[in-house]
Amino acid sequence: MSSNKKYWKSVEELNGSSIVETLKQNEFAEPLPVDQFLGDKEALASSSTTRRDFLKYVGFSTAAASLAACEGPVHKAIPYVVQPEQIIPGVAEYYATTAFDGFDFANILVKTREGRPIKIENNNMPGAKFSANARVHASVLSMYDSLRLKNPKIGGKSVSWSDVDARVKMGLDDAKARGGQVVILTGTLASPSTEKLVNEFIARTPNARHVVYDAVSSSEALDAYEMAYGQRALVDYDFSKANLIVSVGADFLGDWQGGGYDSGYAKGRIPQQGKMSRHFQFEANMSLSGANADKRVPMSVADQKQALVKIYNIITGQSVGTTKIAAEDQVTKAAQQLKAAGSKGVLVCGIDDKNAQLLVLAINQALSSEAFVGAPARMVRKGSNAAVKQLIDDMKADKVHTLIMSGVNPVYTLPDASDFVVGLKKTKMSVAFSMKEDETASMTTIAAAAPHYLESWNDHMFTSGSYALTQPTIRPLFNTRQFQDALLTWTGYNGSFYDYIKANSSAYTAGSSWNQVLHDGVIATAAAGPSAGTVNAAAAASALAAAKKQGEFELVIYTKTGMGDGQQANNPWLQELPDPITRVSWDNYATVSKADAEKLGISNWVVADGGLNGGYISLTVGNATLERVPVIVQPGQAPGTIGLSLGYGRKAALKEAMQTGVNAYALYKGFNSVQPVSVKKADGTHEFACVQSQKTLMGRGDIIKETTLDVYNKENAEVWNPIPVVSLDHKETPVTKVDLWESFDRSVGHHFNLSIDLNACTGCGACVIACHAENNVPVVGKEEVRRSRDMHWLRIDRYYSSEDTFKQDVQKKEEMDGLFGEKGSLGGFGQMEEPADNPQVAFQPVMCQHCNHAPCETVCPVAATSHSRQGHNHMAYNRCVGTRYCANNCPYKVRRFNWFLYAQNDEFDFHMNDDLGRMVLNPDVNVRSRGVMEKCSFCVQLTQEVILRAKKDGRPVKKDEFYVACSAACSSGALVFGDVNAKEDEVAKLSQSDRSYHLLEHVGTKPNVFYHVKVRNV
Amino acid sequence: MSSHYEAPIRKPLVIGDKTYHDVTVDIAAPVEGRANKQWWTVFLISLAAFLWGLGCIIYTISTGIGTWGLNKTVGWAWDITNFVWWVGIGHAGTLISAVLLLFRQRWRMAINRSAEAMTIFSVVQAGLFPIIHMGRPWLGYWVLPIPNQFGSLWVNFNSPLLWDVFAISTYLSVSLVFWWTGLLPDFAMLRDRAVTPFTKRIYSILSFGWSGRAKDWQRFEEVSLVLAGLATPLVLSVHTIVSFDFATSVIPGWHTTIFPPYFVAGAVFSGFAMVNTLLIIMRKVSNMEAYITIQHIELMNIIIMITGSIVGVAYITELFVAWYSGVEYEQYAFLNRATGPYWWAYWSMMTCNVFSPQFMWFKKLRTSIMFSFIISIVVNIGMWFERFVIIVTSLHRDYLPSSWTMFSPTFVDIGIYIGTIGFFFVLFLLYARTFPVIAQAEVKTILKSSGENYKREREANKNSHHDHH
Repeated sequence: MSSNKKYWKSVEELNGSSIVETLKQNEFAEPLPVDQFLGDKEALASSSTTRRDFLKYVGFSTAAASLAACEGPVHKAIPYVVQPEQIIPGVAEYYATTAFDGFDFANILVKTREGRPIKIENNNMPGAKFSANARVHASVLSMYDSLRLKNPKIGGKSVSWSDVDARVKMGLDDAKARGGQVVILTGTLASPSTEKLVNEFIARTPNARHVVYDAVSSSEALDAYEMAYGQRALVDYDFSKANLIVSVGADFLGDWQGGGYDSGYAKGRIPQQGKMSRHFQFEANMSLSGANADKRVPMSVADQKQALVKIYNIITGQSVGTTKIAAEDQVTKAAQQLKAAGSKGVLVCGIDDKNAQLLVLAINQALSSEAFVGAPARMVRKGSNAAVKQLIDDMKADKVHTLIMSGVNPVYTLPDASDFVVGLKKTKMSVAFSMKEDETASMTTIAAAAPHYLESWNDHMFTSGSYALTQPTIRPLFNTRQFQDALLTWTGYNGSFYDYIKANSSAYTAGSSWNQVLHDGVIATAAAGPSAGTVNAAAAASALAAAKKQGEFELVIYTKTGMGDGQQANNPWLQELPDPITRVSWDNYATVSKADAEKLGISNWVVADGGLNGGYISLTVGNATLERVPVIVQPGQAPGTIGLSLGYGRKAALKEAMQTGVNAYALYKGFNSVQPVSVKKADGTHEFACVQSQKTLMGRGDIIKETTLDVYNKENAEVWNPIPVVSLDHKETPVTKVDLWESFDRSVGHHFNLSIDLNACTGCGACVIACHAENNVPVVGKEEVRRSRDMHWLRIDRYYSSEDTFKQDVQKKEEMDGLFGEKGSLGGFGQMEEPADNPQVAFQPVMCQHCNHAPCETVCPVAATSHSRQGHNHMAYNRCVGTRYCANNCPYKVRRFNWFLYAQNDEFDFHMNDDLGRMVLNPDVNVRSRGVMEKCSFCVQLTQEVILRAKKDGRPVKKDEFYVACSAACSSGALVFGDVNAKEDEVAKLSQSDRSYHLLEHVGTKPNVFYHVKVRNV
Repeated sequence: MSSHYEAPIRKPLVIGDKTYHDVTVDIAAPVEGRANKQWWTVFLISLAAFLWGLGCIIYTISTGIGTWGLNKTVGWAWDITNFVWWVGIGHAGTLISAVLLLFRQRWRMAINRSAEAMTIFSVVQAGLFPIIHMGRPWLGYWVLPIPNQFGSLWVNFNSPLLWDVFAISTYLSVSLVFWWTGLLPDFAMLRDRAVTPFTKRIYSILSFGWSGRAKDWQRFEEVSLVLAGLATPLVLSVHTIVSFDFATSVIPGWHTTIFPPYFVAGAVFSGFAMVNTLLIIMRKVSNMEAYITIQHIELMNIIIMITGSIVGVAYITELFVAWYSGVEYEQYAFLNRATGPYWWAYWSMMTCNVFSPQFMWFKKLRTSIMFSFIISIVVNIGMWFERFVIIVTSLHRDYLPSSWTMFSPTFVDIGIYIGTIGFFFVLFLLYARTFPVIAQAEVKTILKSSGENYKREREANKNSHHDHH
């Protein structure tokens, strides 16, 4: 619409008088008196400004101008000479790709800015089944690791790739001449093209073979599956189809058989139409799965074997003789319910024993479990314990001439690494493709610098019925070459691995095109479940029932959520990620039950600055001893068992701060996660970096509201989700109706809310890392975390019950009477600080609650934190003077203060201290300086981007278009973000749910984050 | 001599055979004489502490607040504890000089000068903390409502911290003016006695050209009264506003309506204790026993006893209200104070603040100089703990148990605190050597009514008068 407004400066101009025109033509109203000034010699001569004065003035002003110009550092920015077509500065590009490092796997989207990958997000295309866990989210930072191997090296000296090719060719020729073995040792490849290529290489090379080695082995389960179905794979269970889940020692919400089960599991955990799944867990360590279970029974692995046979007996009606165990009733109960559930039930098991795994197949077959029958084969683990053992024997016997390794670090991960080293020294040539000059690569003839998966081409088949492509999202940062490209060169193939995959892919991309699959990242192909297999379960059951407990203690080895198998040990985000269960970061430790700890004379205690301390034990398995393993007394740990996680204790190519923990691989004998161990108390005190020293909820049932499915179905919401009341004019009034202030009209425009379903949240920690990556949250290091100064904007609180259940805690608190005596509060609260031996566990993600009546906003003297029209509680870093009053007055304690300068400071030598590491920083979010407060912003940069994009497109914001980093990372659907004023948005519906409540509602802060009452199916 | 009449039952406030000239000489003596060894010893120790504290402050500002023991849960600890402690100490000065002036308490005349000096020096210490506790103290001026180039950006008038800024700055300026007004005739006295041109010049400037004319005295009296009227509300308002920092918050243990009177009583309590500490030493060292008498000390002890008891009642009321409220968070906060990990701080506070002043019921004890001195120290230890207890024990375990943690000071926390004590004594010792430490002009006005010799003489006269009848 054109405007007909006319602007004018004078009436003459408005009327179009001619004088205006005349004046316009004449720039100077009067002629300049140049002649008058320069012509008057006398005046010039008598001027007081002498030549010398003039020069002084010129000199002074030049000096002043140049001094002023000196201010501020000079940042050199190099503009594009040729602007790439797709890259628009300031606009993010997303590429679909696939992550697989032999341990973790996910279908992902990579967010790049100005050509650099800065964040991993989940790929939500159909067929993209596996979402990123915390480690995959963090993997983008591992690419910017300043200690990466930047060049190929021969004998420790940097060389060119042609030198490497020549050396390998010479070696292979020598092997041919001598008739020595050539072995390719890799982790699980799960890549059809790579596997084909390896086979081609083997076919061309005499005496060559391929050994697959998983650092954390699933070999026994693979053996069982292979025996039953003739294929080396695992079952890809679909937990969303199960109403009853019985897990015997399987941490399927963790890394059991590769993990990635939380989204399916969570689907069944949200009560719908009065129904949700029920979950029994029999386990030794307190795992994520156990913490989420409706009924968790601590049980040694020896007992688990008996329990499994007992369940087998009940399900199949057999009567294999078993030994009596303590939790007989619980096992029977679970088995009977499992039998009753029939095809709606499923049983999983984490015991590293082929017989046990055969029983699992048999039980699920007998149940015709929907979660199991027809499930695709999972191909992310293929390692064979026997083949690895054979290889080491061959190496020691000097039979192996050439060893080519890729994606493995056996010198670190093998339990008998010394044998391997002896063998490695006997090989004539060894090549290790590695991103780091790690324990293995520093011992091989050739350390071949390998690219990160974000710099590589690859294809993957995680499960039968899916095909996924990996594409580079940045040019290789260093002089690296993919293992596959090297193999191609060595086999004399012309062209790159990209061409090879492309040629090879047509078998999988039927009905689509290469470009389409590359765009989507994944394609679902015809799913072929395993053919009906037969299992000789009776023999397996008898063999399993005959297994005897060995040793005084069982060592149960597991992988931690943060570190996994230890590949990313130099990743500060992962080191600082608190373990979901113990909430300890920067360490691994032995988890010991309270009873055993008392027997051993070991304890944990909190010191004056809030830091957690603990004693040491030494662990001996066979001939291997780990000295001084720090101890965490773990509620729920089965007595007689000790947990210890893999992935720590690394030294090579790690920054000093990252060299944490002890190497549990040394005790991982025979790749079995259970080991007979002898335990001795050791001297000294360990200083942990634990972010939560108070373990229990202290009976504060209004913080995590919970109920049982029974009550939830039968009673009104007022019973199990009561709104706190206050006295208003002597009448009980719901606190939500009371307001100290006149409220703004919040019904207009966007109003953001975040919904958190405590039933769906498994505590996996992916959101914590996603938040780290999106918001440039600094890493502060072990010492500072220990001093309760972690900077996490989003934390997942973990509470244990002090009685057997949280409900009993609340009851106990309510029944307190007086100060002293049996029910006295003095003793009572003291007892409640101690968790039960086998407690209930609850997780609660907490971030800034973006209160509409924010206590932080009223107390800031400079108004650095204030409310937005859209419900954000804003934090203006530039305005903050750092009084910390806001943090003190925050009932949720979510505000984080920059105690020091965390970027470009040698005291904090993490990724923000080197140019490479800083490439991961999100340019949309500033890096906070020291002395300012920071906290969750509801990813305001993301919501604004959505709004601007819609505005640019001239359309309203679409349904559920808004997202924040944590909600996008949450694969279980626990975190849902959106606009409550958009009635179509998921979050608007969730806000009306009768399960929703606000944290600390009675304080009257009116938060924009709300939770859903946790319902337990007990 | 009717204006000089005072009931004989009242104890003399100036001991000995003092004439006007004696008063002048006695009070000018520390200024005109040379410092003795003890003065230098104490001064050097204080200076060393001050410099050490200064070093710690420089370290904090250059490195970050992380050098302190604070954490994500406990965002204030020694910093604000010290702030409130020093502000509280300051209160006695104003109370003595303003409130007691309005109530015509003549005994204040011997102590008001030093009490006010103490006020100003302790407010200087207190004022340091809100500045250095900021993450970015170089931007501290942003808390002032000054015209700026940030657009329409203004301070947040809702914030109690902002009220603090006004309260403390008002308090400091009014106290300073009041103090200086009182000093004018005394500076003039020093000027008139000065023997070197330099000192004469200095005291001449400091005395603002006091001439001693009747008009000067009349104005002096009027201004004093007006300023006393202005300063009196400040006695109540400053610590009330300081208490708002806590009372207006939502943290259990802070959110308490009893805080304003409780804080004011506590402030007077600690302030009088500090006056006792300082004057018991000063009367000895500067030979002021004739002017600061046992009677003065006893009266101050009585105030300490009364305010200590008020504070004790406040503590118990807090516990009662927590129980009576029925709010579990509130109840736990107080239960945790008394029996949690910081029980020792709570019971130190209780012992020092509530139990120890009760000894003052005994006349023998409250007139014992040594005992008064010990109690005065104990009270200020207790009052420091009170603020520590309020701040740290409320924060370290608040609503969500997941965030509960502990606080432990670093050497920097301790260094800065010791540094302010050093700074305070450096100022006070310099003051004691250069300022007239007793308001001699005022004391002279009561010499004939309350001087021991005049009282004796008057009694004798009265008796002889009777004899004549």
